[in-house]
Amino acid sequence: MSGANNKRFISGNEAVAEGVRLARPHVISAYPITPQTTVVERLADMVADGSLKTEFMYVESEHSALSALIGASAMGARTFTATSSQGLLYMAECLHYASGGRFPIVMMNANRSVALPWNILGDQRDSLSLLDSGWIQAYAADAQEALDFTIQAFAIAEHSDVLTPFMVNLDGFVLTHTYEAVSLPSQEDVDKFLPKFVTANKLDLDSPKSLGFTAGAGDNTEFKYLQHKAMQSAPGVINETELRFNSIFKRERRGLLESYLADDAEYIIITLGSVAGTVKTVVDALRAQGIKAGLVRLRYIRPFPAKEIAQICENAKAIGVLEKDISFGYEGTVYTNVKSALFDAGIIKPSHNFVAGLGGRDIPREDIFKIFNILSTRGDREEKVHFVGLKQK
Amino acid sequence: MPRPEIQKYKQHADVSDYPKGTVAPAGYLVTDSSGWRSERPALDINLCKGCFRCYLFCPDASIEKLGKKVGIDLRFCKGCGICSVECKFGAIKMVKENI
Repeated sequence: MSGANNKRFISGNEAVAEGVRLARPHVISAYPITPQTTVVERLADMVADGSLKTEFMYVESEHSALSALIGASAMGARTFTATSSQGLLYMAECLHYASGGRFPIVMMNANRSVALPWNILGDQRDSLSLLDSGWIQAYAADAQEALDFTIQAFAIAEHSDVLTPFMVNLDGFVLTHTYEAVSLPSQEDVDKFLPKFVTANKLDLDSPKSLGFTAGAGDNTEFKYLQHKAMQSAPGVINETELRFNSIFKRERRGLLESYLADDAEYIIITLGSVAGTVKTVVDALRAQGIKAGLVRLRYIRPFPAKEIAQICENAKAIGVLEKDISFGYEGTVYTNVKSALFDAGIIKPSHNFVAGLGGRDIPREDIFKIFNILSTRGDREEKVHFVGLKQK
Repeated sequence: MPRPEIQKYKQHADVSDYPKGTVAPAGYLVTDSSGWRSERPALDINLCKGCFRCYLFCPDASIEKLGKKVGIDLRFCKGCGICSVECKFGAIKMVKENI
C-alpha cells in the first residue's frame, strides 16, 4: 500500500476490513453471519497473507466472540469483532458487560432483519433494539464512511474520557455488499492518527487489580451515572477526533448528523444509513420544483444529536422520520428519540413516522416522494406511523 | 510468606471517587470468615513434621509456612477440619469453638 490516498474498488464490508487492518488490533474474535461474513473472510485472508498481525480467534458463537474480546480488552488489547442480526442479539448480554466494564471494543454490525419471519436482508431492528446497551452507535451511508468510522471508532472508544464500546452499523447488503471507489489511507498516516491504546482498566502483574466485580445497591447508581457521563462526553471527543482525522486524510464529513439542504427546509426527512443517498436525489428533484425539502442524516444515534436536530428543525413546517424499525404498538425508536429532542427544545411541529425497508424491502424514490407529499399535505391529527408500501387493496 | 491484610471497604463519598469501569486494586480482603466456625484446629507444634500436607489440602489457604513447620491463620479458617483429617502425625486436633 503506497501513496497517501490509494483508491480501491471495494465493498462496504471490505472497507471495514481494510479499516481494521490499518488500526492494527491485537485481538480479533468473530463468528461469521450473513451479511457480515466477508468482513471476517477478508480479515482471515489478511492474517493468512501476513498483512495483518493479530491474534485471530475462531470462536463457536457470537456470545463467545464478544466474551473473548472483553477478556482481551481487560489485558489492555485493542479489539475488534463483527456481527449481524441474530448474532448481535445472541451477544446482547455481553454488550452490557462490555459497556459496563468500560472495555472500548469496536464492532461492525451489518444491519439485518430479526426473525421471525426468518430473513437475511437488511433492516435496522437489530441494533436499534439494543440502543440502551451503552454502546456508541454510528450508521454509515457509504463504504468510504464505513472505513472512516472504523478507524475513528478506535480513537473515540479508547479515549480516556469515553472508554465506551463502539458499534459501526452498515445496512445489510445495500451497503455491506455494494462496491464503491474507496480512498484508503496509508498505514503510516493511520499510525500517526491513532494513538496507542492505554488504559488503567486492565489486568497488570505489576499492579494487581480486581476487574469486573459486583456493585450492589450502595454503589451501582454511581457506576451507571459514570457510563451516562462518558457517553455525554463522546460528542466532544468525536468532534476533535474528526477534525484531526479530516486534516490528516483530507476528508470533510463530520458531526453527529449530516444536514443536506435542511437549514432552510420546510419539509425535512430525518433518517439514518444508506437510504439517505436516495433521499438526497429526491430532495434535489423537489428543490428543482421550488419545494423546500431537506434531509437530516443521523450519523450517530448514541450519543444522540438532540440539540443539533432541534436547531435544524426549528423553522420547518413538518418533520418526517424514516427508519427501518418499529417498536410494536407504538412507533419507530428513532422517531421517539427525535420527538423527545424537539419537545425538550419546545418545538411542537406536525411530524410523521415512516417505517420502511423492513426485511430488506427496497425504498425507491417514488416512496420518498410520497413521504414528502404526506409531510406537505397532512396535518398532525391523522395516523402518524406509516408503514411505507404496505399492501392494501 | 506475607498474609493478606484485612482492609475495611471505604464508602466513596462522591461519584468522582469511583473508577472508570469495574476496576479496583486487587488483594483486598474486606472481612474475615472466622465467625463461620463451630470448631477450630488446635496445632501441637511439637508433633508437626513440616510435611505441609495440611497446607496443600486447606481449601481456604489458611495454613501458612512458618520456617520449617506450619502455622494456622485463624482469620480465614472456617473450621472444616480437613487439615486434622489429613495430618498423619495427629498434630492438628479439632476443638470446640467457645461461643
